[in-house]
Amino acid sequence: MEITAAQALVKCLEKEQVEVIFGYPGGAILDVYDALYHSPIRHVLVRHEQGAVHAADGYARATGKVGVCMATSGPGATNLVTGIANAYMDSIPLVVFTGQVPTSQVGTDAFQEVDITGITIPVTKHNYLVKDAVQLPRIIKNAFHIAATGRPGPVLIDLPRDVAQTRIKFDYPDSVNLRGYKPTYRGHPNKIAEAARLIGSAARPVIYAGGGILNSKASRELLTLAETINAPVTNTFMGLSSFPGDHPLFLGMLGLHGTRAANLAVTNCDLLIALGARFDDRVTGKLAEFAPNATVVHVDIDPAEIGKNVQVHVPIVGDVKQVLRELLSRLEKKQDTSWLEQIEAWKKQYPLVYRRGEGELKPQYVIEKLNEINGGNAVVVTDVGQHQMWVAQYYRFKRPGSLISSGGLGTMGFGLPAAVGAQIGLPGELVILVTGDGSIQMTMQELGTAMEQELPLKIIILNNHVLGMVRQLQQVYCDSRYMAVEFKFHPDFETLARAYGIKSYTLRTEKEVDQLLPEALGSPGPVLVNCLVCAAENVNPIVIAGKAISEAVDC
Amino acid sequence: MRHTLAVLVENNPGVLARVAGLFSRRGFNIDSLAVGRTESPDVSRMTIVVEGDERVLEQVNKQLHKLVDVIKINDITADEYVDRELVLIKVNADPAQRGEVMQIADVFRARIVDLGRKTVTLECTGNDGKINAFEESLRPYGIKELVRTGKIAMLRGTKYTGLQENGD
Repeated sequence: MEITAAQALVKCLEKEQVEVIFGYPGGAILDVYDALYHSPIRHVLVRHEQGAVHAADGYARATGKVGVCMATSGPGATNLVTGIANAYMDSIPLVVFTGQVPTSQVGTDAFQEVDITGITIPVTKHNYLVKDAVQLPRIIKNAFHIAATGRPGPVLIDLPRDVAQTRIKFDYPDSVNLRGYKPTYRGHPNKIAEAARLIGSAARPVIYAGGGILNSKASRELLTLAETINAPVTNTFMGLSSFPGDHPLFLGMLGLHGTRAANLAVTNCDLLIALGARFDDRVTGKLAEFAPNATVVHVDIDPAEIGKNVQVHVPIVGDVKQVLRELLSRLEKKQDTSWLEQIEAWKKQYPLVYRRGEGELKPQYVIEKLNEINGGNAVVVTDVGQHQMWVAQYYRFKRPGSLISSGGLGTMGFGLPAAVGAQIGLPGELVILVTGDGSIQMTMQELGTAMEQELPLKIIILNNHVLGMVRQLQQVYCDSRYMAVEFKFHPDFETLARAYGIKSYTLRTEKEVDQLLPEALGSPGPVLVNCLVCAAENVNPIVIAGKAISEAVDC
Repeated sequence: MRHTLAVLVENNPGVLARVAGLFSRRGFNIDSLAVGRTESPDVSRMTIVVEGDERVLEQVNKQLHKLVDVIKINDITADEYVDRELVLIKVNADPAQRGEVMQIADVFRARIVDLGRKTVTLECTGNDGKINAFEESLRPYGIKELVRTGKIAMLRGTKYTGLQENGD
C-alpha cells in the first residue's frame, strides 16, 4: 500500500518509539500535522518555535532519548535556530523537522521560504533537504542514528510540501550504513595502558570531568575511578551532577566562577585526567597557565576536541564509559594522603562564601534552601546568568543528569521551555526551574504550554530587577558605568501567575524563604515563586579575562 | 606549510558548501580547491591545498572527518604524488608578437586553443611551479584574462586514495 511521505514520516517516528513531539504548525508542514491526526504520538503545542526546540532539548537531557520537534518553513524554521545552536554546543541529540515550500518554488524567494539547511549547516551535526520522497524513511533512520550516537547533536530534516504529499511504498530500514560516519567507541588499548601507568605514578592527580560523563552515563565509573585512585574531582559546568556534590573528593566546579580549591588543584596537579570535557575558554582562563605542570590524559568521543585547545600527552578517542571500564581493570587502589591533605586545606581555606544578614535576601541563600529542602534530589533546570552560576556553586547535585542548563551557548530564555520538556519526560519528578527576571521574560509565553499540559513546575525567579551578570561585567570591565542593565518596569509576577492560573508567592526575607519555600515546593500543582533578592550581589570568585584561573578575585 | 589533501566525499548536493563553510568558519586558509566526480558516480573527490602548521592541519583533518558526507581524507603532502593544474591564459599578441608568444608556449608545452585578431589564448598543464613560471613569462605581453583550475593530485605507484583500504 502506498502512503504519503508525510504519513511515512509519522510512521518512522512511531518506529523510533518517539513518545512526544514539540511543535508549532503552519502551511508548509500542514501535511505532516494531518498525518499526526491519526497517530498515538503526543504532540505538545508550544507558544513559539524557540519553545519547541528548547523543550525537545530539555526532554532529551532529562530522559536520555532523542528530542523531536517540528515547525513550519520560513519564520517557523528560523525561530528554531537558536535552540538548534544551543543543542549543538551542548551535544544534545535532537531530530528537528521543518516544512519547506514546494520544490518548484525552492530558490524563488517564495512566501515563507528560507534556506534552513544552508542556515543550519554550522549548528547541526548534519542536515538534509529531502528532494526524493522515497529517500525519506532512510533519511529519518540516519538522522536518529547520527543524532544519538558518537558525540550527540541536532540533525535537521527539511521537507518540501510537494515531497510530503508524494505517495511512496513505506519501508523502514532496520540498519544504518553511513560510510562517512563511524564513531570510535573503544579506546586504544596501548593508550589506556599508558594512562594507567601515568595514574599509577602520579603524585598529584586531578580528574576534570565534563558533560561527556553524562552523555555516556559513566557517573558510576567516574566515582569508582576517583575512589580507586583517591583523586579529587572537579566538574565543568556541563559535567555538574555527574559526581555527587557532597562527596569528600568533590572540588566543585572549576574555571571562571569555579571554586578556588578546584582551580588551585588543577593549577598544581601533575596529572590532569580530562574525561568528556573540551577545555572550553570558560574553564581554562589563560591557556598558558592552565595546569602548567601537568601531564594531560584526555578521553573524548570526538577526536577533534583532543588537542584543539591544549597539548595532550595521552589522547584516548572513545566512549568515556567504555574507556573508564578498561582503565579501571588496569588500576590498583592508591592511597596517597599528602595531596588530598593539601586539597582539604584549600577547601577549608577557600570555601564559597557570601555575606548574609545585610537586611536583604541573598540569592545564594535561596539556592542553599532549595538544596536543603529536597536534599539535592530534584531535577533543576536553569536559565542563564548569575542565578545559573549560583546554582552551579551552591546546589549539591546527587543524581546524574539532574542539572539541565544551557552551557555552551548560554541561551537566556532556555529555562522555562526546557523545564516544560524535562517535566514531560519525567512526569513523576520534582522539576524546579531556577531563573532570573531577565531570562524568564525572554520565553515566558511558554507558561501557557506548561498550564495546557498540566505540568506541576516549580518556578523560582531570583528577581533583582537587573541583568545581574551583565551588571557585574560592567562593574568589573566598564568602571561601573551601568548601561541598559536595569529594568525600570517589571510586570507584577504574582498577577502574571494568576493570569495563567498559577499559584504564586513573593518572598522578600530569609524568614519568608524558610517558612514558605518548603510549602511552595510541596504544592501539587504549578507554582511561581518570585524572590526579591539583593541587586548588588556578584558571582564570586571570578577570574578576570586574560588571567590564569589560579588568580581568581572577589568583586 | 602547504598541505595537499585528497578528500573523498559523498556526491550530495551541498557537500561543497559544507566543506567550504567549515574552512571559513574555523579560519582555515584554502589555497585551492578542485572538485569533480571519481570512478564511482556517487563519490566526488576534492583536492584541497591548505596552508597551516601541524596543529592547524590536525584540526582541518579532524573537523573534516566530522562531516557526515566526508568519507576519507588523505594528506598526501609527504608522499610521492603527481599533481597537475590547468591554466587558460588570454594574452595580448598582435601579429608582430605572435611568434614570440608561440615560442614561449613551445617551451612550456602549452597549446594554442584560440586565436583572436590581437590575442592568443593558451592552455597549459603542469604543477604549481610550472604554471607560475608560464604566467610570469607571458606577463610582459599583457595578460587579458587568466583562469586556473586549482590543483588535482594522485599518489604515485600502487598507492591510492580509494574507498577500499590501501594495500600498500
